[in-house]
Amino acid sequence: MRFFRQPPPLGGLFVAIFVVALSAQSPKRIISLVPNVTEILFAIGAGPQVVAVSNYDVEPPEVRSLPTVGALVDPDTEKIISLRPDLVITYGSQTDLQAQLKRAAIPFFDYRHGGLDHIMVTMRALGARTGHVEQAEKVARDLEAAINAVRTRVAGKPRPRTLLVFGREPGSLRNIYASAGRGFLHDMLVVAGGEDVLTDVDRESAQVSTEMILARKPDVILELNAATRLNEADLKAVVDPWMTLSAVPAVRNKRVIILNGPGLTVPGPRVVDGIEKMANALHP
Amino acid sequence: MSIRRRIATVVVAFAVFAIAVMIWAPTVGSTPISLARAFDRSIPWDDNVDAQIFFVARLPRVLAGGLVGATLAAAGVVLQALLRNPLATPFTLGVSAGASLGAMLAVSARLELSVLGITSIPLASFAGSLIATAIVYALASSQRRGLSTNVLLLAGVTLNAFFSAVILFVQYLADFAEALRAIRWMMGGLDVASYVPIIAAIPFIVVSFGAFAMMTRTLNLLSVGTEAAASRGVDIVGAQRLAFISASLATGAAVSLGGPIGFIGIIVPHLVRLIVGSDHRIVLPASALFGAAFLVLCDLAARTVMSPLEIPVGVVTALIGGPFFLWLLVKRS
Repeated sequence: MRFFRQPPPLGGLFVAIFVVALSAQSPKRIISLVPNVTEILFAIGAGPQVVAVSNYDVEPPEVRSLPTVGALVDPDTEKIISLRPDLVITYGSQTDLQAQLKRAAIPFFDYRHGGLDHIMVTMRALGARTGHVEQAEKVARDLEAAINAVRTRVAGKPRPRTLLVFGREPGSLRNIYASAGRGFLHDMLVVAGGEDVLTDVDRESAQVSTEMILARKPDVILELNAATRLNEADLKAVVDPWMTLSAVPAVRNKRVIILNGPGLTVPGPRVVDGIEKMANALHP
Repeated sequence: MSIRRRIATVVVAFAVFAIAVMIWAPTVGSTPISLARAFDRSIPWDDNVDAQIFFVARLPRVLAGGLVGATLAAAGVVLQALLRNPLATPFTLGVSAGASLGAMLAVSARLELSVLGITSIPLASFAGSLIATAIVYALASSQRRGLSTNVLLLAGVTLNAFFSAVILFVQYLADFAEALRAIRWMMGGLDVASYVPIIAAIPFIVVSFGAFAMMTRTLNLLSVGTEAAASRGVDIVGAQRLAFISASLATGAAVSLGGPIGFIGIIVPHLVRLIVGSDHRIVLPASALFGAAFLVLCDLAARTVMSPLEIPVGVVTALIGGPFFLWLLVKRS
């Protein structure tokens, strides 16, 4: 075991030089498999270094002309490696891809969704990793400031008990999914001045039964809808099924509010737009 | 005891059990409610949370559970007799795979039509089950003499596998949220929060049950063997057709209402046979009644055990049904 106690000094020096060389050279060919991280990369000025994105990337518009390399469950490893990236943004659950990248000696950035603060953490970490420390710092600070502005605006106002719904079977009240007591959707709701009726459920999301909604009596139901535009008839069709639960204060007081538009809840630079929409809905 | 007396006694006993469960189930749940308040007509409906929990959240759920449970159990009995295979289930002949494919396509195409208050996913799944039934039927009756149960079984199993592959393919192409939604649908769910889908399913199920009721004697003979049945003057092909079509129609309606809830159609008939023997005049009604009670109880567990979280009811039936079935298997051998 002498080898471990006294590593040869020369080897240590090589390792040190190698590490310095690596960190000094920012990646020139980044592949991002996580759409919200792609947005962060462009926001912090690392956009020109991005050479490929996932199949689901649409923002910012520049990415639409970039090659795509699969997505969360089906990354095209062969194509990724053939594009000779020097940094790949992977999602935490893509362990197979990460193992393959390791074997190919391609560095990767391991991302996972977290709370709202995690967006700023990710911005700063990517700034350091891609050689845009200052711009990342500025973008993160601006975002923090914008979030805090909303927080200040709603401070002191009564906080309506809110159910934040992000999915259900169209035209019915079946398979309703709502944000629960953890994660960035929950954090967005809290910043926007709402009290999450599922705050005691320590998960990012929960399927809620109609009984649970009746029992929890939300004052407001905020429902996210991906549709870009909803005319009055569409809106009525979306809201109508809720009318069944007329004993819920939100329904009785006509406070079932549909927030529509793409990218409302992307944990990236646009997140503050979503928070503002929520705040406007909760505190008109 | 004469056979009529025996049928009456057993059916009444099972009916009492099923009715007791159906009356008790809506009174319990994840939230304590006051029944006095729930039935108090003097409180305006819009202010009466207890009434809405009882009549909107729980009662449709219990009724849907009873209907789906009874249908799947009875269809299981019919198919086990028709195919003379104890492992047959209402889903063996491709009906549920067709329904699932329909639902998957409706989800991924973001279909938002609705007919008479029935929404796109139940509609599409019912259509899928009809198409699957038609394909299997056409294949099985393509041979010159009548309906071949062997072809029926093979066609059904193959169609199941093929549809499952198509489902996976559509799922793979769908985006993440849609795939998740479709997977959730396949785990079964009875929180319908409306009487409309229940009422829509009833005609198909009633017609099928009418057919079931007419064929109990025939099923007794069929389950012994087609030659034996033919020698007793049974119109084999007609009986097989009726059994297959009515069981498929009922299953399609049940699946479009509650999703493909597994295990009911296999463990309930076997359990009932253990208790009452194998005479279909008893097994069929007893299975339907016990299936109703069993699914309502499973759904009660689904909505209370992990509250405020729900457990998909198909997961509960499988968690209870799987080990139970293995126990049955070991005990019998």
